[in-house]
Formats: sequence, C-alpha cells, structure tokens
Amino acid sequence: MSREHVSDGNTRDAIRLDRRRFLQVLTGAAGALVVGIRVADAADAPLPPALLGEHFHELGAYVRIDGEGTVLIGARDPDTGTGVATALPRIIADELDADWNRVSVVALGLGVSNDNGQPHWTYGRQVGGTGGSIPAAWRDLRQVGALARWLLLQAAARRLGVSANRLRCDSGTVIAPDGRRVTYGSLAADASQVALPSQAPAVKTASSYQLIGQPAGDVDAHDIVMGQARYAIDHYLGDALVAVLVHCPWPDGTLARIDTGDTLGIEGVVKVIQLKPEPGQPWGSTVIAPAVAVLAKNTWAALQGRAKLKLEWKPGGQGEESSAALERQAVATLGSEAAPTTRVRDDGDFDAASKKAARRFEATYFQPWLAHVTAEPMNCLVRLDKDRASLVVPTQAPQKAWAVVQRLTGLAPDQIDIRVPRVGGGYGRRLDHDFVAEAVMLAKAVNQPVRLLWTRDQDFGHDYYRSGCVHQFRAIVDRKRQLTGWHQRMISASALAHRGVSEDRLWTSELRAEQLPAGLVPNLRSDWYAQQSVQPRGPFRGMPHLSNAFAVESFIDEIAHQMREDPLKTRLRILGEPRQLSLGNGATLDIGRLRNVLQLVADRIEWKNWLHSVNGLGIACWHVDGAYVAHAIEAAMQSETLVIKRVTCAIDVGRVINPLGLHGQVAGATLDALSNALNPAITFKNGKIQQHSYKDYPLATMAQLPNDVEVITVSDDRAPSGASFLAMPTAAPALANAVFRASAVRVRRLPLMKELLRLL
Amino acid sequence: MQQVHAQPAEPASNIVPEKVRDGIDLQINGEHFRHTGDPHMPLLWYLRDVLRLTGTKYGGEHGENGADLVLLADKAVSAITLPMNTLADKPVTTVEGLAANDGTLHPLQQAFIDEDAIGCGYCTPGWLIAGVALLRRKPKPGDDDIDQLPNLCRCGCQTRVRRAIQRAAAGKAGQP
Repeated sequence: MSREHVSDGNTRDAIRLDRRRFLQVLTGAAGALVVGIRVADAADAPLPPALLGEHFHELGAYVRIDGEGTVLIGARDPDTGTGVATALPRIIADELDADWNRVSVVALGLGVSNDNGQPHWTYGRQVGGTGGSIPAAWRDLRQVGALARWLLLQAAARRLGVSANRLRCDSGTVIAPDGRRVTYGSLAADASQVALPSQAPAVKTASSYQLIGQPAGDVDAHDIVMGQARYAIDHYLGDALVAVLVHCPWPDGTLARIDTGDTLGIEGVVKVIQLKPEPGQPWGSTVIAPAVAVLAKNTWAALQGRAKLKLEWKPGGQGEESSAALERQAVATLGSEAAPTTRVRDDGDFDAASKKAARRFEATYFQPWLAHVTAEPMNCLVRLDKDRASLVVPTQAPQKAWAVVQRLTGLAPDQIDIRVPRVGGGYGRRLDHDFVAEAVMLAKAVNQPVRLLWTRDQDFGHDYYRSGCVHQFRAIVDRKRQLTGWHQRMISASALAHRGVSEDRLWTSELRAEQLPAGLVPNLRSDWYAQQSVQPRGPFRGMPHLSNAFAVESFIDEIAHQMREDPLKTRLRILGEPRQLSLGNGATLDIGRLRNVLQLVADRIEWKNWLHSVNGLGIACWHVDGAYVAHAIEAAMQSETLVIKRVTCAIDVGRVINPLGLHGQVAGATLDALSNALNPAITFKNGKIQQHSYKDYPLATMAQLPNDVEVITVSDDRAPSGASFLAMPTAAPALANAVFRASAVRVRRLPLMKELLRLL
Repeated sequence: MQQVHAQPAEPASNIVPEKVRDGIDLQINGEHFRHTGDPHMPLLWYLRDVLRLTGTKYGGEHGENGADLVLLADKAVSAITLPMNTLADKPVTTVEGLAANDGTLHPLQQAFIDEDAIGCGYCTPGWLIAGVALLRRKPKPGDDDIDQLPNLCRCGCQTRVRRAIQRAAAGKAGQP
C-alpha cells in the first residue's frame, strides 16, 4: 500500500489509502470532523445518514466526531457472529485514541459507486466470516484513525500554542506537557479545516495501544439480549409480499404438474409463481433448483398456501444419485491405479523410498456431506424501482450479492443499494446468493417488494453442501523410526466445480499443498481425485482444513500407536527442531510455534498421564496460513455414552485485537467442530436429500458438549491472523484420538457416534 | 390479522358488558391485545408479523432449535407450536419483556453480556427464555439441569451460556 500524497484540482487534498481509495476530510454539521472516502469514490453509496450528517451524498465516512465528542465509527464487514463489528472499529478507535465509551458503531452497507458502468468498491474489501476481515483491516483501517488523530493534534497545537509533537492523546482528549487538556469534541470543527499532511501519518507502535489487546464485549450485545437487534429477517416493508418456496427435490429436475387451486383459496395468498432457472442462468454458474413460490400478504397465509400446493416433480439426468454409491465409487477409484485429477505435491520419490521402508502403515478415512444450518435461514427483502434496487440481505459478501442483483436487473452499479444488518450465522453458506436471485426474480415478476423466507426444510434440502470425502494414506518409516514417506490420496466433489474454475484448480477448495506433514517428510506425495455429483457444493467453515486435519491427525496417531509410542512424542519427532520451513508458493511453517501450541495443550491436560489415565487423552495440531492451533481432549465412555470431560485449545495468531472476542471464536469453533463430528450427516438417495429438519440432522445438544473449553492464546507482534475458523480443524481428530484411548475403538468414519456405537 | 388494543377495564358499575364478541384476549409482556384473525395461526407470526416483536426468531417449522421460545407463564414453549386459540388470557413473555420497565436488564440478560455468551446472536433470545424458565423452576441449577436446555447453536456459545446461567444463579450478574 502506498502513502503518496495526491492533489486533484479543486477538491481538497486526500490521502491515498490504496490504489483506488483516498481518505478525505470534511466539516460536518455543527463543526463535526468527518474522515472518510473522497466524494468521487463514494457517490451514492448507501451510507448511514447519522454517520455523515449533511454530507451523506458527498462522503463515505468511517469516522465522525461531533462537537459533543461523540465518535461514530463505521464497520464495513458483515458480522456473522465473528465479532468484526466490534474489532474493526476498535482498530480505528485505538489509532484515534478515542474514548471507547463514547464510540457508537454503525454497520456500513455495501459501498459501491459507478465507474463508467463498472462497480467501484468504496470501502475496499467487504467480506465477513472467511478469516480475512482482521488482516485486511490491519492493512488499511488503521490509517483512518491515524489521520483523524493527526488532524485533531494539529488543531490542538494551534489552540494551545504548543508544537504538535509535544502533545499526547488519551481517551478523546489532547493533553499538553503542562497538563492543559482539550477534548476532541471541542477540536472537531477546527480539525476539519486543517490541511492534510503531505504523507499519511504514521500508525502507532504496539507500546501505545490502548484498546488493541484489551477485552471488549460485542457492540451489539445489549440489543441482542433485549431482542432488539434486527437481522435481515426482521426487516419489513409496507406492501412487501411474503414469499415462501418449495424447491424441486432434484437440483436438475423439472416441474411435471402443478395444481394451485387450494393454495389460491387461502385468504391472503396473492400469487403462485414458478421459478425456472435455465442452464447458463444469469446469476452465475452455481446450481439453483427450480422452485414454486407462494406469495401472500403475511407469513402465515404464505405457509398455509404452501402446504396446500399440489406439485409433481420429475427427476433430471442424475436422479438416481446416492451418497452411498458415491462413496463406493470413491473407494473403487482409490483402489484402482487411476491417475489422480491433480498431483498436488510430490516431494522426493515416494515409490523409491517405499521400497526401502522398515515399516508401512495404511488407513482410510471417511467423512460425510455436511450442511451449513445457519440459525437465520436464507431470506431477502427486495424492492425494485425503475432506477433503483433496495435490498436487505443476510450475506457474508455484499459485493457478490451486488453482482447477482446487477445481472438480473441491468441497473447501474450505484443504483443498487444493499444493506447488511447483523447476520444470523454464515459458515460459508452466505458467500452464495441463490436466495437473492430468487427474491429479485420474484419482485420483478409481481412488480411489488418481496420478503423471501426459506423455511427450514428448504434450507436443509437446498444447501451448497460440504462434499463427503475419502482420504487414503500410505506412510513409511525407516529403521530409526523416521517418517520417510507419505502418500495422501483424497477424493471429493470440488466446491469449485461448476463455478468457472479451470479443471486443474478444482483441488484448491479440497486440500492444501502445504498442509501437514508437508515439508517434514522427504518423500511426500499428495493426490486429489475429482468426483462428480449433482448436489451443489460450496465453502464451509474451516474447509479444507476440517476434513484434512481429521484424516491426517488421526493417521499420525495410528502410526504412533502401531510404533508403541507416545503420540505427542511421535508428533514432536516428525516436527523436529524449531525452524522456519518454506513450503512453496509463499507458505511458511514455523516449527517452533507449532511445537509450542502442541506443548501448551499437552501441559494443560497433563499429557504425561496419557498412558495411565482412566479416561482417554487425545491430541492434534495444525497450521492455517501462518497461524497455529492444537487441541487436547479428555474423553470417557460411560456405557454407550461418550462424555467429553475436558477440552483445551491453544492458538497462536500473532497480534490479538480483542482477546474476549478471540476466546469466543476459539471456544465456539471448537464446539462447532465437535458438533459437526459427533452426529450429523447429509445423505441422498435417488438424487434426493434425506434430511429435512434438525431432527434428521442432529447438532450437538448442551449435554453432549463439554462444560468448558480452556483456551490458551499465544500472541505477539506479527500482523493479526483471522481466527473465525482457526480452532475448527483439530477438535475432531483430538476427540477421535481420545476416544481410541478411552474405548480402544479407532473411528475412521464420521459421524463419530454412529461409527463408535457400531464398532463397540 | 388485526391487532386491537383492549380497552381499559370499565370501572365497576351496573353496566352489563356485552358477552359475545370476536377475538382472543392476549397478555403479551404485560400488555393486552385482542387477536381477531385466524385462531389457528401460530403465536410466532402474531408476534413477528403483527406486533413486530421480532426478538422471537423463526428457527424451523417445529421450533426444534429453540430460537422461537417464549415464556408461557413460567414455561419455555416454542411459539411456532402455539396456536392463538390456546392463548386466551395466558401471560406470554417474549425476550423483549424480560427487562424491567425502566430498562434494567434481567440478571440473565446481564450475565449473557458479562460472559460474552453470544455468537451470531440469532438464537440468543431463545437461550435467554430457556435459561429464565430454568432459573424460575430451579434457582440454583446444576450442570445436569443446564444440560437439559433444548436449544441448538452452530456458533458454539454453549459453554459461555452455561457460565452465564451459573453467574445469574449466583447473583453475580453485572459484577466483575
């Protein structure tokens, strides 16, 4: 990112934020200081008037300080429960030395302006729940706070007659060496008149942080416990019709017969509309099943009308597909000598090393298809006018939602207004916008605003699932017990298939070239085999680490057991001495950090008792894009009930913005990963998904989960990593390894409970 | 689906009130309403679509994830399973009705904030209602009692919810 000084004719100077965005300063009502994106970049962006005052057609603001000293800060990324609506504004507030108690956070909608018919993204990246929000904010948002603070300091210097570099700031006040104090509020008007610096002001050094690294509760917590936080599903619009759907059970099927007589007889039902997506559908290449929509004046009428629909669907070409057959086919493929779709990694010469092996190990692991099950089901409020589309969307990626709306309406970039309130869970599901396409198509068809609501059965039956997968391993050790060869073969239906991604890149959603034990074994080969399926797939929280860590870390445990070794010692020996490893393509592995998190959980759970503990102890570690995680779990079998007694998790994420928020993410991801591993699975038969409700897809109840997750955080001065899914990968393998020591049953198939009870 | 505020009670007098009238008299968060629409409509849609009390969330057709729990007297019940015609004169409390009129939070609401017992927050109102029902039934619940809560959550707030309930039960809500 450059910090060059720009001057463009008759507008005021601005500070370059990145290639396309410039920070600018304006005077708001009653002398408020407003720091944001310059006029030309922010035209017509849907901005909260409160943040901008009279400038809301002129400036896309991040920060506004009024004469009373109240500070408003915009949060740009959707908060799906990841805490970014708290963490991002705190990054700005810290640079500003604001008094957090006087900061109000405003959720920013999508920022888009019209750049010769192309969208220009006012705020830069706006994506939530993929682990990228904090790293991106660290790169650019600190400058927003630093600039506002610099301006306030200049204004204070003039007023106090003291050079700015002798002043300091604390909690919304500028303090002179002689103790005189001036509040930000009283300086805001003057600060807004200060000429911009020739270079972007330097950001703080770590020793000056006031908020970063300190715990902070969620900014929305009060509204949430009061039931006043409004999600997209809680938004109403006067004459909007409620739309509920029945999708075709086969993604590639068609409607054979429809009788709407009884539906239209329900009081309040207005219309029944068929949605028929064609191949090459305008919102992209992802699959949307055909559907029938019932539109009514209220939800109850719509639901009653839906219940009275008489529909007959016809399967498409893949109508016979079943998850069990796909698995049999996967096993057959791995059992053959078929060449992989992609050889992802091939270090050394596995075949040659294999001939010199002292011992060989083999195992195969099976993991099911999974659904997202967001608490807030898919929904969308849309109003279309001649020259404007206004939407409230529960999305993780408003820019992708924009693209869907744009293609369906043909409107200019800045004629599309997308608001994103707090989102009821994402986990990757809301990176796809099939439901937005449906809502827009329906609003077009009825020429009236529409509130689309997906009932839970539709949510289960028409997800972009995590593909089931099979991992097959062969490993060899030499006479000194050194792991000298490793061959992973994975088969799955890529989440990137049918999305315009070239064949040779389809593997990238399914595994990583740098995942463990890459770099640690001289002869390491990793092969990926593509499987075809008509069931839609998409991003899933923790993917691709979730499935790979389970398989790899279970297998390493099996190797340790067969060598009659302490599995912690085996892992430490494989890792070797602390050092920096380059894994190719810019990926690095810091062995010291990985050893450290492993050792931390081992110490906490008293690993030294691993062999003699009454209960079973299990351990696992992993690395994700320069961040490190380990879990140690203590589990016991009480007759046929699995009790998870203790769970410890250590993470190393670099700089921690909000330790309370981070703790919540780590504990939450741990429980979610355990819940995903214990019971649920998506299956299909004759092409139809067999799970329709929570009863069919049992997430873990309070009783099945541990009473506590002990979180150990390692932090330092490195730029922060994202943490929303960091704790997902290692929870399930640590549990399976603990179950093995508690029951002597090695679970190589998820869901864990079903397999455990089968083998016991 | 019309919402009608009930008239204030008549002062005692000789006037004999009319006995036959349409509608179901409701008590929701201490306020009186009369529902004159479909008597079979589930309470959830009355709360959300008519009263716009949107704190009670839609979770599924059978309420299995607990996001739509309300207090019926002291019991936590899924609002989508409660037809309006079963609610005449029964006191219903939604998440919006947990705090005192002056805005003072219920101890469990405060404890949820203290323990950061919130993920995306969508299912939080349901956890609060289930937790309040538990505390009314059993002011000092043990782990086994908390284990019985029916709510489901993919954000993984369960351990923090457990601590929040224990904190509220110990009278430590709002304390450091």
